[in-house]
Amino acid sequence: MPEERTGGLAVLMRNPLLWPVLALAALLVVNVVATPTFFEIRMQDGHLYGNLVDVLRNGAPIILVALGMTLVIATRGIDLSVGAVAAIAGAVACVHIAGSDNPGSVGTAVVACSLALAACVALGLWNGFLVSVLGIQPIIATLVLMTAGRGLAMLVTDGQITTVNNAAFAGIGVGFVATLPVAILVAMAVFALTALVTRRTALGMLIESVGINPEASRLAGVRARTIIWTVYVFAALCAGVAGLMIAGNTSAADANNAGLWIELDAILAVVIGGTSLAGGRFSLTGTLVGALFIQTLAATIPNIGIPSETNYLFKAVVVIIVCLLQSPKARAALQVRRSTAPQTAKAGAA
Amino acid sequence: MTQMDLGSQSTAPGSAAAGTAATSGEPPVVEMSGITIAFGGVPALSDVDLRLFPGEVHALMGENGAGKSTMIKALTGVYPLDAGTIVVHGKQATFPSPAESQAAGISTVYQEVNLCTNLTVAENMMLGREPRRFGGIHTKAMNRRAQETMDRLGLTIDPASQLGEHPIAVQQLVAIARAVDVDARVLILDEPTSSLDAGEVAKLFEVMRTLRDQGVAIVFVSHFLDQVFEISDRMTVLRNGKLVGEVLTRETTQLELVQMMIGRELEVLERLDREASGSEVAETGKPLLKAIGLSRKGSLEAVDLDVYEGEVIGVAGLLGSGRTELARLLFGADTADAGELEVGSRTSRFRNPRNAIDRRIGFSSENRRSEGVIEDLSVADNMLLALQASRGWLRPIPPATRNRLVAEYIKALDIRPADPQAIMRNLSGGNQQKVLLARWLITEPQLLILDEPTRGIDIGAKAQIQQLVADLSRDGMAVVFISAELEEVLRLSDRLVVMRDRRKIDERPNDDVTVSDVLEIIAGEARPDADGAPDRRPGRGPDAPAQRDAEETTHA
Repeated sequence: MPEERTGGLAVLMRNPLLWPVLALAALLVVNVVATPTFFEIRMQDGHLYGNLVDVLRNGAPIILVALGMTLVIATRGIDLSVGAVAAIAGAVACVHIAGSDNPGSVGTAVVACSLALAACVALGLWNGFLVSVLGIQPIIATLVLMTAGRGLAMLVTDGQITTVNNAAFAGIGVGFVATLPVAILVAMAVFALTALVTRRTALGMLIESVGINPEASRLAGVRARTIIWTVYVFAALCAGVAGLMIAGNTSAADANNAGLWIELDAILAVVIGGTSLAGGRFSLTGTLVGALFIQTLAATIPNIGIPSETNYLFKAVVVIIVCLLQSPKARAALQVRRSTAPQTAKAGAA
Repeated sequence: MTQMDLGSQSTAPGSAAAGTAATSGEPPVVEMSGITIAFGGVPALSDVDLRLFPGEVHALMGENGAGKSTMIKALTGVYPLDAGTIVVHGKQATFPSPAESQAAGISTVYQEVNLCTNLTVAENMMLGREPRRFGGIHTKAMNRRAQETMDRLGLTIDPASQLGEHPIAVQQLVAIARAVDVDARVLILDEPTSSLDAGEVAKLFEVMRTLRDQGVAIVFVSHFLDQVFEISDRMTVLRNGKLVGEVLTRETTQLELVQMMIGRELEVLERLDREASGSEVAETGKPLLKAIGLSRKGSLEAVDLDVYEGEVIGVAGLLGSGRTELARLLFGADTADAGELEVGSRTSRFRNPRNAIDRRIGFSSENRRSEGVIEDLSVADNMLLALQASRGWLRPIPPATRNRLVAEYIKALDIRPADPQAIMRNLSGGNQQKVLLARWLITEPQLLILDEPTRGIDIGAKAQIQQLVADLSRDGMAVVFISAELEEVLRLSDRLVVMRDRRKIDERPNDDVTVSDVLEIIAGEARPDADGAPDRRPGRGPDAPAQRDAEETTHA
């Protein structure tokens, strides 16, 4: 059956996005079966509501963090500090608003957010410095900020949960613009911008080149240090925006719990999306699908009548499945059974 | 292929015929027929046959990319077949994985020794099938059994010694001993001699003859024609994934074999030879690049070198002589700790490759895989990497320019497949090398430093690259050309620099310099050799990695 290989099905089968998209679709089907009205979206006061809108809105922070994580992972790195960075961003913004003379104004919110993002850039520079200049292993380098960052956020908030009352600030988390939640719009904008910047400029190619072969890239004149520094700053910025979203959602900065374990969700989203932890080729669309999958999974569990506390168990199952799918041995075993498509096994072995 | 090949020293005339007597009338132990394998629609092998007789050394011949390794991997169960059959001992066999192939008595020893250096020789030989007693390993029995195998092969290696204490050559023999210990009926040796010196090759051949006389069918893959003619009884020649023919070694000449392997590309080389170094370079005015006392502790002693426009400087020397180190310092891949580099009117010392690239210098490393190609990116991205890197990520190359440049160089350098989106890892070594050359040519360098640009690539691509170097220098580009193949250096260069013991020991115009002249210079005060063959490793220090050494010999 060699003629099958060149057919449309074979091309589709080779598309790395196939499995993440199928998995997401399967989850959605489960939801519809459990709750036939799952896809229902209604308009109320000019705002869209519905399960799908909720998934998107609640998933926005993960999407943001995962986008930054994708680029870091593509350079063979990893950033464990994004959750702590998100907490710091929320803390800085809330403390500024709470302490300002005019805590309800739009101007205060803008200044607060700018301050928070500036702090994130500084934190990203720190991570990038450790990794690209000092050459510390990324997992260790970012572990520093992962643990110290929460303490830093506690320092900023004085150990209190700082609540604010600023409509503009809360809007980042719960507001609506043109019928859609702001969070969704922000996440989509960052996604589009990242895709544009990485694929329309040469950044994406140079990131992949550094991730695949750092020494060959250096000899070709690629400024790997700048590239690596850039992605860590970008990851911290994304985490900062996510942190503002989380803080805006509750109008409060919780140094202990804001963005807790979000780095793990983000890494999982990246991996589900088909970007290898070994660096190299990355897929932002894959990451988006991965993040949506994780968020949909979180919505599915209560929807099919299982207590949502068991969410972690199901994530673990997903991790195992993803690991199996990426393991050469498991793939080979699958290939032997589905002998209709042997060429993928060979491509892997070659 | 060259008169420098040390393997020829131990050639015993008539030895090739010795083993074939055993084959008369015996059926083949392995018969592969109609083997067809394609990778993603690209055929790697089409309709290839291979017969292995017991008690014969069978050379599998072909250029890089001819399909030798694919054929071996088909036999060892690494790749599934798209078509064709494998018959072992008269029975049809399928090998879904290497384990089944091994169970059928087919063992392979690869170029890189896959053993554990921190275990003993015996432990390595018995790994996974250790004799056991009381639930533990029966060390005594293990060493005894290893000793028996050693005796059978006529080897004197202490089974209880650590593998890591032995040189690569001995480790390789241990790998072979491990392979035959599982009662292999077929032994596949993939480039076994590439890291061995002449004496070690002789030892290996002794072992191979012993095994052959015991009825083992041996598949021998090597680039050294002299060795192939010395040891093999029968040859199967592949070209471009197709079977050219199966011949008996004693009925074939080297010339016939080369013609079978490469077909018409030989003419290109001959034509180039006739054109050789016809160009005259006027060494007038200021040099393009002037190195003054360039040195780096532990890798190169102070070197002065002037490079003029349109000149090819050939650098000859053995591995560890400092030829690669010189190239790396000229490019800033390593930083010099003394000396100056004068480029144009500016005097400086390059701290990194960027400094060199900014002054329009390009460098192609000898380590194509680890320091050249970006395997998972496309041909187009690989080609444009250096230009893009020097523009910075904010200024992408416009798509129209991109497409034009890539199409132009794919055509000019005859890169195959001629697909800009092909993934680099799927290209053959020669085509990868051409892409890397294109990477630098696109930056329009005034000086191109090529370290072993033709190593490990097939003759056709080699001829094309040599032709390219000649053309480039005619157009005014300066080239520093480093190669272990002296003929190649002499064929291309206008001026010759000879390195030895991390120093430049000679520099002269390339007027009627012959290979033996260069050998004499290199040999210098080294011990005189009765055959006139120099000690090829005078500068070999403990820091010279064995792998590089291995590749060195491949093209000596």
